[in-house]
Amino acid sequence: MNIYEKMMSIDRRILFILIAVSVIIPLLKPLLLPINVTKEVRHLYEFIDSLKPGEAILLSLDYDPSTMAECHPMALGILRHCFGKGIKVMVTSLARPEGLGTAEMALTQAAREYEKKNGEDYVFLGYKPAPGAVMLSMGENFRLAFPNDYYGTSMEDIPMMRGIKNYKDLKIVITISGSGIIDTWVIYAGGRYGVPIGAGVTAVMATDYYKYLQSGQLVGLLGGLKGAAEYEKLIRHPDMATKGMDGQNMAHLLIVFFIVIGNIGYILGKRAKSTKGK
Amino acid sequence: MRRQIPLAITFIGGVVMIIQYFIPHQISQEIYRGVLDWQMIVGGFVLVLGIGSLVTHHTEKVKRQKEGWGYSLVALLGLVMMAIAGLFFGGMASDKPFMQIFIYAQNPIQATMFSLLAFFIASAAYRAFRARSFIATLLLLAAIIVMIGRVPIGAKIWSPIRVISNWLLDYPNMVAKRAIGLGVGLGMLSTALKIILGIERSYLGGGK
Repeated sequence: MNIYEKMMSIDRRILFILIAVSVIIPLLKPLLLPINVTKEVRHLYEFIDSLKPGEAILLSLDYDPSTMAECHPMALGILRHCFGKGIKVMVTSLARPEGLGTAEMALTQAAREYEKKNGEDYVFLGYKPAPGAVMLSMGENFRLAFPNDYYGTSMEDIPMMRGIKNYKDLKIVITISGSGIIDTWVIYAGGRYGVPIGAGVTAVMATDYYKYLQSGQLVGLLGGLKGAAEYEKLIRHPDMATKGMDGQNMAHLLIVFFIVIGNIGYILGKRAKSTKGK
Repeated sequence: MRRQIPLAITFIGGVVMIIQYFIPHQISQEIYRGVLDWQMIVGGFVLVLGIGSLVTHHTEKVKRQKEGWGYSLVALLGLVMMAIAGLFFGGMASDKPFMQIFIYAQNPIQATMFSLLAFFIASAAYRAFRARSFIATLLLLAAIIVMIGRVPIGAKIWSPIRVISNWLLDYPNMVAKRAIGLGVGLGMLSTALKIILGIERSYLGGGK
């Protein structure tokens, strides 16, 4: 095997070790590089920031532990922003039953930080199968889909729910998701009932949703850990996403470095072969 | 009759729901709410069917001691354990066994599985992104620009890369995604019409 072939076929175990090192070291010793805020994140932040205390939003935490690393910091960022401004939050989790656990974790943590009370400052509706039908039902009346909250309290006995019937009584629906459920929210809640929609998605999914930003079907979009870190910067509460960005910086650089090495090997190897042939 | 009745139900249901959408009368709204209720009930049954199918599949595997039956046994035990924890040990509050198992077992397992993707993506990107042709070179350059432009260090290395990366996402990427979205939307519309009109019948099963 000549040098060019070696450049093109580095052992994957070496790659794996270097990726692990590139992620772990910055976590232990942060670089704290400045984070630039993109317009799609700023738009969502500004929309929530413009709401008045006492106004309500629906936050659908449609992710499970597999995508938690990217989605959980987004959920915490939005909850902290809302609780900090006195905005009431209805929380649901419609994509998968496992999402209930992660949603409860985020909600409990943010509520504890801001000393918010269940039933007065927030309501956790929980999970129901058939998300499309649930979204449409909530457009008519939240009580159709959720007669009780997650903890079994009747909606009639929840003080926060007084005066909240359907999407018309909310300022925005925000979905944080690791699946394609955003399309369903945009079509059913946004399209049919006209409620503004905001979204947070994993980085690999983000490119799919720029079309909704341009058409105005999404108010704003948080894409991956970077989007979460930008939101943390805007609310001035750096946390997990900001710490994680250093690791992502190094990992991206490393991957690009290996791609370049592989291509140099490929191009030079090809050139050497053709010179030999002549 | 076994085919005609489902076809008639589909046709009537489809047409009624289309007409209903354009009539804001109270009766029309009542029909709509009734259909939504039914949809959620059917959704609940789907969940029951899923659990039933999972139990049958894994029980069969354990009984016949097929390859990997040990994993099936773990899956069944997990299912039973979570159901018992949720039903008999204080429900789903965060300090009860159900949530504790979720936080300390399921959570790290699922997160670990997904984290492995980072390593495989790194290895796949290194092997797949080769400048073999003009199109492949374009893909390679776009990938490098977006990968570097989306992280803070990109702007430190070369500040315009952030602008180029955003432009790639806002225009070429969006144009392609919108074209795909329109195609999918039109496809869904025509398939829905074909099902309502009884032209597409594969959902009835039975082969042809």
